[in-house]
Amino acid sequence: MDKYSVYSARLVDQTEYMAPGHRACQGCAEVLAVRLILKALGRDTIMAMSTGCMEIISSPLPLTSWRIPWIHNAFENSSAVVSGCESGMKAMMRKGRIPQKKINFVAMGGDGATADIGMGPLSGALERGHDFLYVCLDNEAYMNTGIQRSSSTPYGASTTTSPAGKKSIGQHTQKKNMAQIAVAHNIPYVATACTSYPFDLMEKAKRAAEMNGAAYLHVLSVCPTGWRIPPEEAIKYGRLAVESGMFPLYEVVNGKYSLSYKPPVMIPVKEYLAAQGRYRHLTDTDLHKIEEMAMQEYQRIVRLSEGD
Amino acid sequence: MAKPIDEITWQELGIGAVVTEIGNSVQYKTGSWRSERPVVKKEHCIKCGVCWLFCPDMSIVQTPEGHFTANLEFCKGCGICAKECPVGCITMQGEEA
Repeated sequence: MDKYSVYSARLVDQTEYMAPGHRACQGCAEVLAVRLILKALGRDTIMAMSTGCMEIISSPLPLTSWRIPWIHNAFENSSAVVSGCESGMKAMMRKGRIPQKKINFVAMGGDGATADIGMGPLSGALERGHDFLYVCLDNEAYMNTGIQRSSSTPYGASTTTSPAGKKSIGQHTQKKNMAQIAVAHNIPYVATACTSYPFDLMEKAKRAAEMNGAAYLHVLSVCPTGWRIPPEEAIKYGRLAVESGMFPLYEVVNGKYSLSYKPPVMIPVKEYLAAQGRYRHLTDTDLHKIEEMAMQEYQRIVRLSEGD
Repeated sequence: MAKPIDEITWQELGIGAVVTEIGNSVQYKTGSWRSERPVVKKEHCIKCGVCWLFCPDMSIVQTPEGHFTANLEFCKGCGICAKECPVGCITMQGEEA
């Protein structure tokens, strides 16, 4: 991250592969993630996308916001469909029906499509070793249908199906660590990224597409509607999540960990949690417990990235 | 599709409901959602492009002089540009009723 400065924004490709006029909420960082990833990948991209926010907002018939070949799938099978696209195109190239060319195959899904419903097909596609990139746009609940909990919802968050109350702290289970599950498949490239660090995100998407084999990118995309924060603070909260250690940015290239951004001064987790509406019921003891759990995971990643 | 979106019927959709025109959502103007508009003080703008990079609605455009302004056809008024501008030259002003 030290290599990049936010002031070189003007050097980024001006072409937009995601058209304006999509129906995302105000301040949606998830559509920003899609926009930046498409900028990094360029026009030779074929995408399959699971049901979710990004599919709903970008393709209400007869309109589409996509300027690349794009197909909408059911919740579970975007990675299966993109595996088929990849194998089919490879066979056509081998038989000389289409010219030899590097094409980026991308499957995209929300955290529900990745961690809950589509995990089996994703695991299968990673295991078969197709040359594709899976992008998980993690906004930490099923925001599209009205903020229901997913297995990616962190401990303590109040959602409509895990409401906080006298007897409930909200979500009582841990956030499923999808990046680590992808690492366990021994694929060439796994990375976590956040829209608040756009150059880091674009570099990672580019590197993932260049890899020969399956790659997995986990993008934390802040959802102002579901996290109950003002829309203009979507970028700020992504930054807070990274700087407090709640969401470490790292990449795993062929099994070797490296931390992409190490905050010079760690800010307290409380600063990230306290102002979010979904955490407003938490007491200081709960916040302390969450901080301890987050630090444990963060220190583990730091240790892995330092050891060789 | 040449027809306005609200006049298209299902019979006119292709097989598999494939949309053959790319990026035609530009016909749908999301600017009407806005309750606040970003106003740029051009004399303070350092032309860095941070607002353009962070805009989730692709509505920030560069003027021929190099400044960045919002395309009010699509701007939903989220205020990310005003918040992230490093020199603070963008302010959000309420739309008149």
